Amino acid sequence: MTGISRFGRRFLQMVFVLWAVATILFFLFRLAPGSPLAAYIEPTFTQEQQESILRRFGLDRPVHVQYGIYLLNLLKGDLGDSFHLSGSVASIVRDVFPYTIALTLVSLIIAYIIGVLAGAFLAWRRGSVFEGITIPLVLTTRAAPEFWLGMILLAFFSFKLGWFPAGGALSPGAEFPNNFARFFSFDFLRHLFLPGLTLAIYLHGLPLLLMLSNMLEIMQDDFVTMAEMKGLSTWTILVRHAARNALLPVVTAFALGVGYSIGGNVVVETVFSWPGLGRVLVRAVASSDYPLAQGAFFVIAVVMIFMNFIADLLYSSLDPRVSSGDAKH
Amino acid sequence: MATPNTSLRTARPSRWRLFVRSLAGTGALLLRDPYALFGTVVYALFVLIALFAEQLAPFDPLEILFTPEGNLAADLRPSREHPLGTTSLARDVYSQLLYGTRSALLVGVTAAFCVVAIGTVVGLVAGYFGGLVDTVLMRLADIAFGIPFLPFVIVLAAFLEPSVWNVVLAMALILWRDTGRVIRSQVLTVRERSYVEAARVTGSSTPRIIFLHIAPNILPLSFLYGSIAVGWAILTEASISFLGFGDSNVISWGYMLQDAFVSQALSRGSYYWFVPPGIAIVLVVTAGFFISRGYEELLFPRLREED
Repeated sequence: MTGISRFGRRFLQMVFVLWAVATILFFLFRLAPGSPLAAYIEPTFTQEQQESILRRFGLDRPVHVQYGIYLLNLLKGDLGDSFHLSGSVASIVRDVFPYTIALTLVSLIIAYIIGVLAGAFLAWRRGSVFEGITIPLVLTTRAAPEFWLGMILLAFFSFKLGWFPAGGALSPGAEFPNNFARFFSFDFLRHLFLPGLTLAIYLHGLPLLLMLSNMLEIMQDDFVTMAEMKGLSTWTILVRHAARNALLPVVTAFALGVGYSIGGNVVVETVFSWPGLGRVLVRAVASSDYPLAQGAFFVIAVVMIFMNFIADLLYSSLDPRVSSGDAKH
Repeated sequence: MATPNTSLRTARPSRWRLFVRSLAGTGALLLRDPYALFGTVVYALFVLIALFAEQLAPFDPLEILFTPEGNLAADLRPSREHPLGTTSLARDVYSQLLYGTRSALLVGVTAAFCVVAIGTVVGLVAGYFGGLVDTVLMRLADIAFGIPFLPFVIVLAAFLEPSVWNVVLAMALILWRDTGRVIRSQVLTVRERSYVEAARVTGSSTPRIIFLHIAPNILPLSFLYGSIAVGWAILTEASISFLGFGDSNVISWGYMLQDAFVSQALSRGSYYWFVPPGIAIVLVVTAGFFISRGYEELLFPRLREED
């Protein structure tokens, strides 16, 4: 199969999944307690507001018409208005999105750098006592609930030692000329440290274990044996041959990790009062702010589905052995 | 009537008996791996605690306690009477910890069973029949992969009555996808083996081929996924309870952590309150990882042979 048609097929699959998830969301939020209008209209809205929303979402029309309008509005990026916060859902989501992305990317990048290096090192020292101790430890970090890890770090480094702020992303009253200045300010980084560390501790296990098992597998391949026979040093073989090939699945896992973390960050954002998408979702659900909950959910899903798509493309384009989405075994 | 019965009986046990025997052998082998042994011991211990929580716990986990002087016994530091202190609502932390084992194991095992059962059946059916059935089931799996799991559990838990079963339901609805895909690809290879071919040619019925000839070959893989899913379920339940979408009448480790978090246990440094539930979660989930890891090495011994 040629690259183009594979891309096209995978792209269509992504569009199909997006549509399916949007549809599930539409019906899921009609499960919400209260009248079907409850998903969009709150009793405290003024008459004009109610009517404008009725028209925008066609809530006085039959369900299939509502569904059509809902899909069209999604395409236009119109997610309704929040019940409790001022402004449209789209604008609220747009405001908090950078915070979630910053937290996700920073923690993932740190986790993957540490994970890849440690995994390669363990593959080099395989069978040693060191490996015997490290692997169970790594598994333990993957078994620890992220929010619990966060709670301990928070109690110790923030409340006891006072080294880091106890929550939020910026000190109250902090003003910045633009987003760049904001996200690279010392204040922001200080707030980012603990939640980032929590996530990095949790996330580094996957790349580590992946790297380790890939390296072990590749080191049994013919070309590595060839290199050994040519008299190349273990180090050269490791870095030049094995590591490069072992990295491919790790790159794919990174792309997948971005998607999954956006949704998985929910608990860590709550522990650290991080003003991101996950915390917005939790608070919206808890306060029955359905349009906001639906919008936040949809954006999280879109990012995840898109990153799944990217990961698949990366996987098939980086590894020539893969033909149409089948694993290499 | 007797004849078909006996013929069935002689035919049926062969592969399944082999399977059961290999399972017992696997169990014995597994226990030689120190980590898997550790995992098994931890699990056994937690099962015992869950069974005898009433006898072991000094107090009712939801009972509001008073000091002999008649004051509310809230936020007490660990003492002989309260080994892990008391909560801000004057409840005994140690008793809650013991009772938490119940909901953790109950949710963990039930959810894992549902996830793996659905995934295995989907994988078997999709892999065996192929064609349209396969396409439909695999597109459903694609959709399940497109739903962010934790947000989905949160929304579902908020819309339904608060209950620990919401987590089980959400996991059953979404997480069958991983097992389903893996089992399907395994079925695709098993399907082509000669004895399956032979069964097909000699006119065995389809359910018979699927459950008698193919299923025993893929069940080890299902068990592997199941042992990992238990940990997932426990972590998910803890997260949901921590976010406040659990059932506050059922003591779980996630609920304890949420209670501690909202009661400012962090700023007071009440480590005795919020550290133990987390350690319990880590222990039981790690135990599952160790068992599945040992089991995986038995199933796919390639890496081990090289050492």
